[in-house]
Amino acid sequence: MRTIGMKKKIILGLATVTAGLVLGACGNTSESADSEMTNVGILQYMEHDSLTQARKGFVSELEAAGYVEGENLTLNYQNAQGDQANLQSMSESLIGDNEVILSIATPAAQSLATSTQEDPILFTAVTDPVDAGLVADNEAPGGNVTGTSDMVPIEEQISLLLSLAQDAETIGIIYNSSEANSKIQADLAQEAIEAEGVAVKVLTVTTTNDVQQVMTTLAQEVDAVYIPTDNTLASTMPTVGEIAAEYKLPVVPGSAEMVEAGGLATYGINYEELGRQTAKMALKIIEEDADPAEMAVETSTNLELVINEEVAKSLGIDPESIVLPD
Amino acid sequence: MDIILSSISQGLLWSIMAIGVYLTFRILDIADLTAEGSFPLGAAICSVSIVSGISPLLASFLALVGGMLAGIVSGLLHTKLKIPALLTGILTMTALYSINLRILGKANVTLLGQDTLMRTLQSLGLENRMAVLVVGGVAIVLVILALYLFFSTEIGLALRSTGDNEAMSEANGIHTDTMKIVGYMLCNGLISLSGALIAQNNGYADISMGIGTIVIGLASIIIGEVIFHQLSFAKRLITIVIGAVVYRLIIDFVLQLGVQPQDIKLFSAIVLAIALSTPLLKKKPRRTKRVGKKGAELV
Repeated sequence: MRTIGMKKKIILGLATVTAGLVLGACGNTSESADSEMTNVGILQYMEHDSLTQARKGFVSELEAAGYVEGENLTLNYQNAQGDQANLQSMSESLIGDNEVILSIATPAAQSLATSTQEDPILFTAVTDPVDAGLVADNEAPGGNVTGTSDMVPIEEQISLLLSLAQDAETIGIIYNSSEANSKIQADLAQEAIEAEGVAVKVLTVTTTNDVQQVMTTLAQEVDAVYIPTDNTLASTMPTVGEIAAEYKLPVVPGSAEMVEAGGLATYGINYEELGRQTAKMALKIIEEDADPAEMAVETSTNLELVINEEVAKSLGIDPESIVLPD
Repeated sequence: MDIILSSISQGLLWSIMAIGVYLTFRILDIADLTAEGSFPLGAAICSVSIVSGISPLLASFLALVGGMLAGIVSGLLHTKLKIPALLTGILTMTALYSINLRILGKANVTLLGQDTLMRTLQSLGLENRMAVLVVGGVAIVLVILALYLFFSTEIGLALRSTGDNEAMSEANGIHTDTMKIVGYMLCNGLISLSGALIAQNNGYADISMGIGTIVIGLASIIIGEVIFHQLSFAKRLITIVIGAVVYRLIIDFVLQLGVQPQDIKLFSAIVLAIALSTPLLKKKPRRTKRVGKKGAELV
């Protein structure tokens, strides 16, 4: 008797969860039936400054083009909070109802691309979309996926770094070994530095907890530091900046956001601008029915020299003297 | 409906991992943290194999073997070097991070455009979600059948008795150390296999994909045990599968609620807490006399 009663309860429980899901799903359908509304999905991999900037840029550019959230635009925004186990479920819930889906960072883009071969998908904050398997070719993606790459002009950044640390014998590179994008950039940076006849010392971290120790070790052995657009290092730039100030080291990071948070200077991308650029691609898909298969992957068109004047002064460098070498 | 189907099929893939976690739980009385390393290990071995042209079936098998090797390492650390089980798990998990990175060669290897078990079935005409369901279903049936047969053999029984009462088992001439190593091997093999299947389903292997696996495993086991008390071994395995599916349903339910993204984890925990406490609340008027035998029940 008891077990039967138990089973009934379980079935009841399961039925409740199922009913909830069905109701939820129905709710979504009725929304999308409203023809006045444009549905746009966003899948962000984790909570992070650069990624959030990219999302905000995307949304504000849509708004500038007349798509206002709540009026004629429904934004279905999901954030996996770095939990890859949830990316797949979130992808499934986004496909089908949206005219275009924006994926922010590599795992989010890969998850969506696995879930649908039909819905148009845009990505941003992906460094090498070919290596990530998202597009067949940067010029002609060939599938339902295209977007903007956050590949930074590494050679220009390295020559900026070398001009800031002219007597440098060894340049340090620090990044998180669990981030595919960072490794690609770090390898390119190492190549560029060594081509100038300067030695390179590479150290990696795995979590934000390692940064203090690893950066201190690195700071003792090098004359300047280069940091890729690494999510972990971006989150810990204040720590990096403090240690760099202590050892009087110029730090050139990959992005403008990272300079503001403690780096010296960079010539690089602004994620908000990158998000805006991605929104323009989204508008082409929404308004002109453009085919992602034929839309080339774009890199940032809006590169800028960013200088942190406070850091420059603390290093005894005149901010005015920092210019991009030819 | 699509979401429910996707929850069920993903639950099936995750349940293999949960069963692995459950076995160490029974044998060692602790959650073996090796799982957080052997899960991405399976994903790494499988993805790299597939990319280099090995068939997905063989690649998944290689992942199983790789996980077993990791389990042996943990087993030896625990039994021969007498390192406490919790630390053993942490040690192997930490070491596996570097090994996984070596295997992958970079932090993320994509399987987009590669042959996977799911895609092989799709090429036979199955729809995407059905393909995942079939792969998950077949895999879990095979795993449960194999475990059921194994645990009916002499070694299997010795393994179970080691978990139930180590001193007694030793007194009866069972090499409990060997049994523990076998246990570690079996569990991590399964966890690694689960990682291989999840990677094929997700379309990539990522160095960070192990984070949180132990939580998913434990949640699945506990849900299974809360809704079905006092069961035989084979039935218990089936309830873990149900637990894993229910866990995914709960998570998907939370995602459907439309809560703010930053609150997702909080809501998942709240809904999970409600789900876990309902059967107990309903049962309250009756006083339970029976207490689960040691190690067999978690709650």
